[in-house]
Parts: sequence; C-alpha cells; structure tokens
Amino acid sequence: MDLNWSETQAAMRLDLRHWLDRNLAEWRVEIGAELSGDTREGFAQQLLWERRLFEAGWSAVAWPASYGGRDGTLWDWLIFEEEYWRAGAPQRVTQNGIQILAPSLFEHGTQAQKDLLLPRVAAAEDLWCQGWSEPNAGSDLAGVSSRARRVPGGWVLDGQKTWTTRGAFCTHLFGLFRSDPDSERHRGLTYLLVPLDLDGIVVRGFGRLDGDEGFAEVFFTEAFLPDDAIGTSVVLGEVDRGWSVAVSAASTERGLLRSPGRYQATVASLLDLWAERGGDAAMRRRIAAACMRVDAYRLQTLQTITTLLDGGDLGSEASLAKVWWSELDIGLHEIALDLLGVDAELEGPWSKGHQFSLAGPIYAGTNEVQRNIVAERVLGLPR
Amino acid sequence: MRFGLDDDREALRATARNLLAELCPPAAVRSAWTQPPDPAAWRALADAGALAVLVPESEGGLGLDETYLVGVVEEAGRAALPHPLTATALVAAPLGLAGETVTTDLGASSAIVPAATYAEVFLLRSDNGLRLYRADEVRIEPVQTVDASRHCARVSPRAPGELVTDDAAVVEAAFERGVLGTAAELLGLSHRMLELTVDYTAQRHQFGKPIGSFQAVKHHLANARIQIEFAAPAVLYAAYAMAQGLADAVRSVSQAKWLAQNAAACTGRAALQCHGAIGYTTEHDLHLYLKRSWALTRSWGGADFHADRVAASIGL
Repeated sequence: MDLNWSETQAAMRLDLRHWLDRNLAEWRVEIGAELSGDTREGFAQQLLWERRLFEAGWSAVAWPASYGGRDGTLWDWLIFEEEYWRAGAPQRVTQNGIQILAPSLFEHGTQAQKDLLLPRVAAAEDLWCQGWSEPNAGSDLAGVSSRARRVPGGWVLDGQKTWTTRGAFCTHLFGLFRSDPDSERHRGLTYLLVPLDLDGIVVRGFGRLDGDEGFAEVFFTEAFLPDDAIGTSVVLGEVDRGWSVAVSAASTERGLLRSPGRYQATVASLLDLWAERGGDAAMRRRIAAACMRVDAYRLQTLQTITTLLDGGDLGSEASLAKVWWSELDIGLHEIALDLLGVDAELEGPWSKGHQFSLAGPIYAGTNEVQRNIVAERVLGLPR
Repeated sequence: MRFGLDDDREALRATARNLLAELCPPAAVRSAWTQPPDPAAWRALADAGALAVLVPESEGGLGLDETYLVGVVEEAGRAALPHPLTATALVAAPLGLAGETVTTDLGASSAIVPAATYAEVFLLRSDNGLRLYRADEVRIEPVQTVDASRHCARVSPRAPGELVTDDAAVVEAAFERGVLGTAAELLGLSHRMLELTVDYTAQRHQFGKPIGSFQAVKHHLANARIQIEFAAPAVLYAAYAMAQGLADAVRSVSQAKWLAQNAAACTGRAALQCHGAIGYTTEHDLHLYLKRSWALTRSWGGADFHADRVAASIGL
C-alpha cells in the first residue's frame, strides 16, 4: 500500500493543470459560445479542442507515443481524468474511438491496423461511432441481424444499426455484422471497420432525451465495403469471431469509461451549489453520502488499476463499477435539482447533466444485464 | 502508487481466517448465546500475535500498524467471533493494555458494553479521559440484547479505577480505531451473509430450478456484492490513513463505517429475503450473523453521526 504519487506524476499533473487552464481559455475565445458536443455545431467546436489536446500529447496519455499517446500508465490516465474534469473541459467527442475501439485494436488488431488507425483516432482525424445496437438487438447484443456477405474484394452490408451516439457527425463506424448466414447468437459475427461515406449507407440523426441530435440510426442497403476501404483490413480479429473482440471492449467500456475524476468534479460543483443555496441537515447528509460514494469509487479504482498493472484482468468485475458509477451520477444530479428547487426546471448544466445521467444505467449494457453478469460470473449463481 | 494488501498483510489475514474457520464455526457462535464464548479461538488469535499487532516490539508485540490488523478484524467479523477483538486489539492494545481481554464503551453513551460478563478489563470514558477498571471495580447489570452472543451489560464504575490517558487526542484516536474495527467487522459479516446466501440459493430448488437462477434473486445478491465491493477499499484506506496519520483519517474512518454498514444492511436484507422462511428461524445460522450486523451498525456511531462528521470534514 503506497498512495503517494511519484515526482514525475506530480509534475505531469501540474503541467496538465496549467495547460488546461490556458488552452481552455484560448479555445473558448476561439469558438465563442460553447455548445453541446451532441449537436452538429458543438461537435465541430469540440474537434478544434480535440486537436489541441492531440498536438500537446494529451489526447490518449496511456497509449504508446508511437500511436499518438504519451507512453503513460493507467495512473497517468487517472491523473489526466481528474485534472481534465476538474478544469471543466468538455465531453470527449472522440471517446468511442479512444475508449471503446482502441482497446480492441490493441488486443486484436494487426500491426498494420494499429499503425494506421490508432494515430488517426488519437488525432481526431477518424471519428468513430459504435455499431452495436439494432432495433431488435439492444441488451441482447447476440441478436444482431445486420448482415455482411462476402463477395470478391470485399463485403456487402445490409441492415440497420441504431442509438448510435454522435453517429451523424462521425466518419467511421465499428460494429458487429452477421457474416455466417446460418449462424445463431454470438457465433458467426464479424467485427468490421466501416467508413460511413460508402454508397448504400444512410445516417439519420435524431434527438436524445435532452433533445440534442446525439443519436443516429445507420441504414445499410447493399453497401459495398472494399477490403481496403480504410487503407488496411476492414476486419478486426478473425472473420466469424467478432463476438470476443466486442466483448473485450465491452469490459473496458464498463470498467474505465467513466473515471472517478468526473464525479469528483461533479461533487465540487455540488458543494458550490450548496454554498449558494443551502439546505437542511437531511440535505447535508445526502450530500455527504454522495461524496462518500464518489470517494469509494475513487478508492476502488485505485485498487482496480493496481490489479490491472499486476497483470490482472478487468473481466466481469467491470460490471460492479458500471452499476456503481451510473447510479451515483444520478444521485448527484438529483441532489442538485433538489437544491435548485423550482429553478431545476430551467434548461442549464444541471438539468442537462441530470438527463444525461439517466442514460448511465442504460448504455454500455443496462444495469439489469450488469447485475446478471455480477450474479452469474462474479458470484457463480446458476444461469 | 499501489493500493492493496501486500503478501505479509495477506498472510496475517489468512492465518486469522483459517484459525477462525476451525475454532469459531457457527456452532461456536451459537453456543456463545447461552454460555461464555469458548476461549479456543481467542487463545489461538493471541498465540498468532493478532491481539498484539499494534503493541510495540519492545513490549512483546508485533509493532505493526492498522493495515496489518484490519484484515484480521474483518475475518473476525466474517466468523462473528463473539470476543471483543476490536476493543482489545485495536482500541486498548496501543494504550499499553496488552495481554488482557478488554471491553469498552467508548462508542456508546448508553453504557451497554459487550463482552461485559467475562471481560477482565473495562476501558471507560470519564470526564477527563479514559479510565481502566478491573472487573471487580465495576457494577455489571446484564441486559438481554437481540444478539445474545455479545454478552452485553450496563456497566458503571464503583471504584476510582486508574487513569489511562487524559490526552484528548489519544482518546479521539482510540475512538477512531474502534470505529475502524467495527467497519471491518461489518465488512466481514457482509461477506459471510452473502456467501451463505449464494450457497443456499444455488441448492434450494423451487419451480423445478435453483432459486439462484431467478433474476429477482440474482439482482438482490448482485446489489449486495456491489455494496461490498465499494465498502472494502474504503475500509482498507481508513486503516492506511490511520496508520499514516493522514489529515483525512477521521473522514476516512467515518466513511468506512458508513459504507460498511450500508453494505451490511443491503446484504442482510437480501440474505434474509433470499433464504425465505428458513432464514427467519433461529435454527438456521444466518441469524447469528444478521443480528451481529444489526448491533454493530448502531455501535460506534450510526449512519447520521458518521455522515455528519464527513459533512463537517468537507466543509458542508
């Protein structure tokens, strides 16, 4: 047990803090009014921000420098996240590429795929959205029915993906397609890397709960995906074996998608709101309780990172964290709305944040699915 | 940066776990309901050095810190050890009271003291600090409590006793160690109740299936497992913060207790519900652990007490 940061880590934190303060100020002057990254205009603003991050080497701190990262460890990632959210920096519109596609590329990609794709992900040149869900395959992802038919020189795609976050603004989609027409469930699926500008692909954005065009549905109609459509193989992992590639990403998404730093920053805002609005003893205890849950998440993450750096695996345990952070996020926002009273009705950061927090128990696998995973794979209850 | 117990600390915990599994099985807890607890487990813990972890080497102890002891206390919770391990090894031992079975009421103003019918030494709060009394220096009025294995009594001095300390900081630190130990016991109890319930729901069949295959049952137990997952690092961190004398030690100890008792409450409810009627009996072992968890939840400060301390520490 040693909870002291090294001098190098402390210095990186300080550098980053200064960099963020300066660059956020400059970027905000550059863009004028800051809009939600889940709108077309806001997304464009945030690409400018992402490129600033990349040029200074901050876009993916834990990646090798040769792929556009900073040669950091998961500890550096944790520090980055704490400082990033503390500074009030925007949501990462590159999140799906960096946090969901990239871990699968590192684990299953060919050298050529890694060399070509990872730096473009880090640099926000390729903007990836996730092609998992379909109208009839949400929680039951193995029910995917979009098809990929092998033809000379490529694949022909048919079907529909939906609830694709920021799909209308992205350039590429990674997703699961049924490549063996006689297969069922999780067999016979292939993980494909698809540019969205192919003929036969139509992307339609639509409103999420908060009204922003943050969702899209993606229609594939006889869309021809050439083998070299992205300058390297469009298949990640093996043909017909895409399920395990997707599952490895799912675990990462649940476990490390939402860092403790996010909620530490929310707590700081909540304490400001309390200072401004005040409340009774019961409200004070609710806030203390929420702070304790956030700190418990921070401490559990320290434990998780230690395990991972010792060569351990995140695996099914990621589901424990996913339920915890998604529920505590809702709790934090409900407290804020109660502090605001009737003003909670006004459009603003808290009402927007509240609506977004409500997505937490749904995305990255619903919390009901997570609880099944905890029960069956962590506790060993019968299926 | 590294979060977790190293091999030495894990070894001490494993020693405690193994000897308690052998010497403090459910039958031993059950028998402590009607007679003083069998001293076998307590003696074995003493022989393993567990009672003297915080005693300096110069005084014959192990000279180690709270991060070594917290796992042992958690194991005592898992076993529902009736003896006053937290009072003896965590609260009293660093005050120079090694080698005796100590009980204390530092955590409660009501002066309901556990292990009162067989403790050798009583460590009680007085106006200006902590005083020590031999068993023949206090009036002991046994009370019936929900968990009879705790052997509680109302205790009041009938002699001047002996001043242990009048240093407020020392008294405060002793209290924090008691809260830490209680949190660790609650964590261990939570683990035990969950294990009992996972085993039971995997073998109990209704509607032609193990009831553990039903989603409603799974979700109760997943919720319990999640609460335990996030209480455990908080308990370990509190031990570390105490051992290192960190500025947030008080906050972290309160947080550990609050999270651990939430885990115990969630797990206890789930355990009782998922056992069904068999769990609602004194014939089944579950009640031994469930009732201990209820007692500890309100000992050494309850939920509001600790939430208020955390609130104060973060400037609320």
